[in-house]
Amino acid sequence: MAVAGKACLILALAVCVYGIGASLYGVRSGRRDWVASGRRAVYALAGTAAVAFAILQAAFLRSDFAFALVTSHSSTTTPTFYRATAVWSSQEGSLLLWLLLLSLWSSLILFITRRRLREVAPYATAVLLGLAAFFACLLVFLESPFDQTIGPVPAEGAGLNPLLRHPSMMIHPPMLYSGYTLFAVPFAFAVGALVARRLNADWIRSTRPFTLTAWFFLGVGIVLGARWSYSELGWGGYWAWDPVENASLMPWLTGTAFLHSVMIQEKRGMLKVWNVSLVLATGVLAILGTFLVRSGILESIHAFGASTLGVPFLVLIATMIAGSIYLVATRARELRSEHRLDSLFSREAAFLLNNLVLVLMCAVIFWGTFFPLISEALTGRRHSFGPPMFDRLTVPLALVLVLLSGIGPLIAWRRATAASLRRNFLAPIAVAGAVAAIALALGAGSQPDALIMFTFAGFVVGAVSQELVRGVRARRVMAREPLPLALVSLVRRNRRRYGGYLVHTGMALLFVGIAASSSFADERDVELVPGQTALVGGYTIEYVEPTSELVAASNGRLERIDFGAVLRVTRGGGEPTILRTTRSFFPSSAPMLGPVSRFFEGEATSEVGLRAGLRRDVWASIAPDTRRLAPRVKEGDKVFAQADDSGALTADERDAFLAEALRGLVRSYADDPPPATFRLLVSPMVTWIWIGALVVFLGGLIALWPSPRTVGRRVSAAYAARVGREARVHA
Amino acid sequence: MEYVVIFVVLALVVLLVSGPLRSRYADEAAESAEHAELTAARDAKYREIRDAELDFRTGKLSEADWRTIDRGLRAEAIEILRRLDELDPPASADAEG
Repeated sequence: MAVAGKACLILALAVCVYGIGASLYGVRSGRRDWVASGRRAVYALAGTAAVAFAILQAAFLRSDFAFALVTSHSSTTTPTFYRATAVWSSQEGSLLLWLLLLSLWSSLILFITRRRLREVAPYATAVLLGLAAFFACLLVFLESPFDQTIGPVPAEGAGLNPLLRHPSMMIHPPMLYSGYTLFAVPFAFAVGALVARRLNADWIRSTRPFTLTAWFFLGVGIVLGARWSYSELGWGGYWAWDPVENASLMPWLTGTAFLHSVMIQEKRGMLKVWNVSLVLATGVLAILGTFLVRSGILESIHAFGASTLGVPFLVLIATMIAGSIYLVATRARELRSEHRLDSLFSREAAFLLNNLVLVLMCAVIFWGTFFPLISEALTGRRHSFGPPMFDRLTVPLALVLVLLSGIGPLIAWRRATAASLRRNFLAPIAVAGAVAAIALALGAGSQPDALIMFTFAGFVVGAVSQELVRGVRARRVMAREPLPLALVSLVRRNRRRYGGYLVHTGMALLFVGIAASSSFADERDVELVPGQTALVGGYTIEYVEPTSELVAASNGRLERIDFGAVLRVTRGGGEPTILRTTRSFFPSSAPMLGPVSRFFEGEATSEVGLRAGLRRDVWASIAPDTRRLAPRVKEGDKVFAQADDSGALTADERDAFLAEALRGLVRSYADDPPPATFRLLVSPMVTWIWIGALVVFLGGLIALWPSPRTVGRRVSAAYAARVGREARVHA
Repeated sequence: MEYVVIFVVLALVVLLVSGPLRSRYADEAAESAEHAELTAARDAKYREIRDAELDFRTGKLSEADWRTIDRGLRAEAIEILRRLDELDPPASADAEG
């Protein structure tokens, strides 16, 4: 079916080119039939991309090694669950996923707006199809997922990169790509609005759910990546300021800024230049993130490595930036603000400040990410920015951001008086003071940044709680509802406001987790033999015994060798906890390696031992010393080489002997364990990072959830009636 | 089999894309740009009125300030409604909250 897959991609490219032409001709000539045909080209693109993706997915699921991509990224020993996800572990497969998601989201927005935005939508259609055409071109001409295996079809593939065999990796890439591709929707409509000079709030209203969904998915993707790093990479951290991590964070930051500032445009007709620039920048940053993962220009554990895609991506990004600047510069008159800021003590002003901090943070991360390239261009040597520098520059900005997320909900739109500021700030400041006192009593004074973060987070929680209490109280008075119903009604009728407040609370919790775990963690690298102990963060950790296992896949083929340890963790006289950590060695497919040594020269992954708690995590990973096995490995390779030369063994006999030889090696590790190196970490409040993220996403879902049309109509009707009464009075 | 798949996909794409061009295309009832713009402005204004009221009820605005702001917002809403009345609203245009 590789030919059919390739044909679908060529058809997808043709459909893109046709759709761009039809949309532009339709809107220029006023021919609605051509505009409709252009829109349908997007639906057709989604269909062809879906068929191509289904063909590739089926090839992976049935281990069809006639597909070169399946041979290089999957194997019969790869579990079915991971075989399904292996599609996007490759450059080619992930590009196809990108195209599919972009076409699906584009179809959805164009279907929703088919009766609206008549001047804007055709241009947006052309932009969306232009982006899709770019990815279709890459798939057709440079990185085809449907190339066939050269020569005889092999019986076995290279297998999925073991680092990617983690449940987070099943969801992480589709989440990130959904975020990136969804940000293309507001980008395209912003371009459409600029070209058509229709810069009112209508395109913003239509695309807002997509912007919020993009923000949501990208955020989920980032957190899943952090969780994967914490539990799979074996270094003990969740964020390393890696270029690819940074690339996903940058559009999320500008997207967050846009979601705030766009409210000012909707309400007051202000900040049009700022908003349109933000949404265009977010679209460009989303493509930049994709470029960083694929070009191989910066070293990253998450990147696909060197490729030929750098130049095409640079051309696309340069076109997007130049086009955006031209459009904004030539539409200055239409982008003039309709009002001015009433007061510096207003929610608008707080939002503006929050925007500046978010954009500044994005600029710092951008500078740090590209610093190696900039330094190389200027000095000829590549210098790295390094995590300490990132921390030094972003921590103060994060502190201001958390403080602002508490101030925003307390200030009214338009203007606030000194009296109302006093009334609203008193309780949250008291909560912040209490939190600071408790933190000081617990010894947080040694880390001023962390102490300030705890205090500000206390302020945010106090502010949001006060808002909720007052809102519920007002609702009870107005509607005479019981407490639980008043709470539900309040949130249901003001989803954006209270969903947003919940997001602020979640972010405060998340930053508390980051501040505590990065400031007060105790980490040690120790070498232990069974029976020895180490003291970390007040815990005694004993290496009880080694573990070793030769693991076979469900089809009986040897999959990996696990060497690990059982650790006993105690604190004071408390109940001991048992942790198990392993290092898994996956066989290399390099042909020059011997049959035994290839099991020790391939990829290796860590399974960490983790006892997570609300107060602290105890985390352990092992780096077993396999050097003692080296002579026996070498001897084994020699024996098998001689047997291969003499042809004394059949294939089945050879496999059986190899399994027996490996079993012997595995047993010998457990019988006479060498010293193992452990990374032991006691880190406070890491769990609050994940809890905070869940709260953020819950808040995002509440803000995103559409109001039932009946509720919307009822609310609008109520306000229309009130405004109508007013109109009669005026008349 | 492969070529059947290719043919079916190609046929479906051609049928789908050429649909509006093959027969006399009946444009779906569409909202005019000005109407859509005013509807969006009206909904945003209602939301602003509601937010100002909630700000007052939760103690962020004094009653005097709220009444001043509310009066201004209503006047702006009335102006938007007046302009909407001047247009001929299409039947499909539903109010959204």
